[in-house]
Amino acid sequence: MKKNQFIEKLIHGIFLLLGLITVGCVLLITVYLVISGIPAIKEIGFVDFLFGKEWASTASEPKYGILPFILTSIYGTAGAIIIGVPVGFMTAVYLSKMASPKVKSVMQAAVSLLAGIPSVVYGLVGMLVLVPGIRKVFNVPDGASLLAAIIVLAIMILPSIIKMSITALDAVPKEYEDASLALGATPIETYFKVSVPAAKSGIAAAVVLGVGRAIGEAMAVMMVAGNVPNMPDSLFQSVRFLTTAVSSEMSYSSGLQRQALFSIALVLFLFIMLINVTLNFFLKREKE
Amino acid sequence: MSNIITVKDMNLWYGDHQALHNINIEIPEKSITAFIGPSGCGKSTFLKTLNRMNDLIPSVKITGDIRYNDADIFGKDVDVNSLRKEIGMVFQKPNPFPMSIYDNVAYGPRTHGITNKAQLDEIVERALRDAAIWDEVKDRLKKNALGMSGGQQQRLCIARALAVQPKILLMDEPTSALDPISTSRIEELVMELKNKYTIVMVTHNMQQALRVSDNTAFFLLGELVEFGKTDDIFSQPKDKRTEDYITGRFG
Ligand SMILES: Nc1ncnc2c1ncn2[C@@H]1O[C@H](COP(=O)(O)OP(=O)(O)OP(=O)(O)O)[C@@H](O)[C@H]1O
Ligand SMILES: [Mg+2]
Repeated sequence: MKKNQFIEKLIHGIFLLLGLITVGCVLLITVYLVISGIPAIKEIGFVDFLFGKEWASTASEPKYGILPFILTSIYGTAGAIIIGVPVGFMTAVYLSKMASPKVKSVMQAAVSLLAGIPSVVYGLVGMLVLVPGIRKVFNVPDGASLLAAIIVLAIMILPSIIKMSITALDAVPKEYEDASLALGATPIETYFKVSVPAAKSGIAAAVVLGVGRAIGEAMAVMMVAGNVPNMPDSLFQSVRFLTTAVSSEMSYSSGLQRQALFSIALVLFLFIMLINVTLNFFLKREKE
Repeated sequence: MSNIITVKDMNLWYGDHQALHNINIEIPEKSITAFIGPSGCGKSTFLKTLNRMNDLIPSVKITGDIRYNDADIFGKDVDVNSLRKEIGMVFQKPNPFPMSIYDNVAYGPRTHGITNKAQLDEIVERALRDAAIWDEVKDRLKKNALGMSGGQQQRLCIARALAVQPKILLMDEPTSALDPISTSRIEELVMELKNKYTIVMVTHNMQQALRVSDNTAFFLLGELVEFGKTDDIFSQPKDKRTEDYITGRFG
């Protein structure tokens, strides 16, 4: 009896410890980012840093404005969402509601495969196919651009949007659909007027997850976006994202420049926190 | 009174399993027809055949002839959605949409192209009145329907079915999930409705069949054993199996 209790307690303790390790990691990263990110922001000035239009970290008179990165990340993510969400959403409706079981299983396997491809491969294919393609089709000097990044990101977020939307749509009780069909609504009307609204918070969560993936992606966009710190004035501009701003200068940076990179990481971190909070909000509403 | 539905030599299979054998029945207009029989005998299956909800199950195969107002319901020129608009259905488990009470009732009319607000208001009110639930919900039409009691939800589902102005209302054990008070309200309602609609109702409750229906059909193992005036079926059944069932010696 006593021994059993002791084992219970021991196991409880081990699990608690393991849980705390995760929480500890998050806290550590947060604290570290805040501590190392603040000094540069102070030195450069909050407004100059966030809203400065020029990034010239290695110039004799260096400029540390990250507005180009922030806007690029926002535009790039928004563009990926505008393309990726309708495609992913329609695919999910098709697979969940219309496709035959055979088609559904084949296509779901393909989607899972797409999710498993490492981002460097997306980047590689983007570099070799997409970038030259854009140069030819739009007749621009360099295809490595915001547009190329948007397209690659759109494809990269497809799997998570499709999978989560399918889960949400599959969970819609069949009784709702039967009721709609029995009222004389067509299957398509039923899917869009009953099934989709019933699954809407799950679908919203899928979109937020896609945003999170897109904004955090570094490798693939580094390879196709040109990686030049320009303001994203046009789709064909070579640009640099928040993620790639950190990774591309880290290895040779020093002093204020290095500190500024930490500040960029902090900004990115805050963006992602915001997205997570939004995601949790939708997921909670889904449960209710 | 003329027959609104005529079924001749109808058979139905789920894959290899034959669920209905050689059904013949004529359902009179503006009356209440009750389907009784033990669990698994095919009552729901037959009911769902009448508005072609069985089409949604890929393994189902049907032979024979089913006529609604003398037209073959499986005819080439029949639009299944229009058929289902005319032959409405209320399910065993109340299944309101997760929307407001108003939107639930307005769903059908909207689907069939009515957008005028005043017209919709009128249809919704009439349907809710016909389903004897108007007084209970008139002050909370914008509230989510899932917040209602089971009995209210079922009457809402009846209102939703009535809002598309069907000719026939198929009801699959509409009171099996309800308490006695809600049940008797729905029974009263059904008897009211037969002035305007033809009602076909599956029930496990013998007393209910006796109380409300004009005609009764007794199903057993996928066969229609006996069909006739409710009073005759319950007082002097012709078939021994019917007698055993209604006297409780069976099923
Ligand atoms: N979707 C289905 N696929 C395969 N077989 C089915 C399906 N639905 C019903 N059946 C079978 O058809 C037969 C009749 O079922 P049905 O649901 O019509 O019975 P019921 O008379 O309505 O029973 P209950 O009173 O329990 O509702 C049963 O043997 C059942 O197993
Ligand atoms: Mg049944």
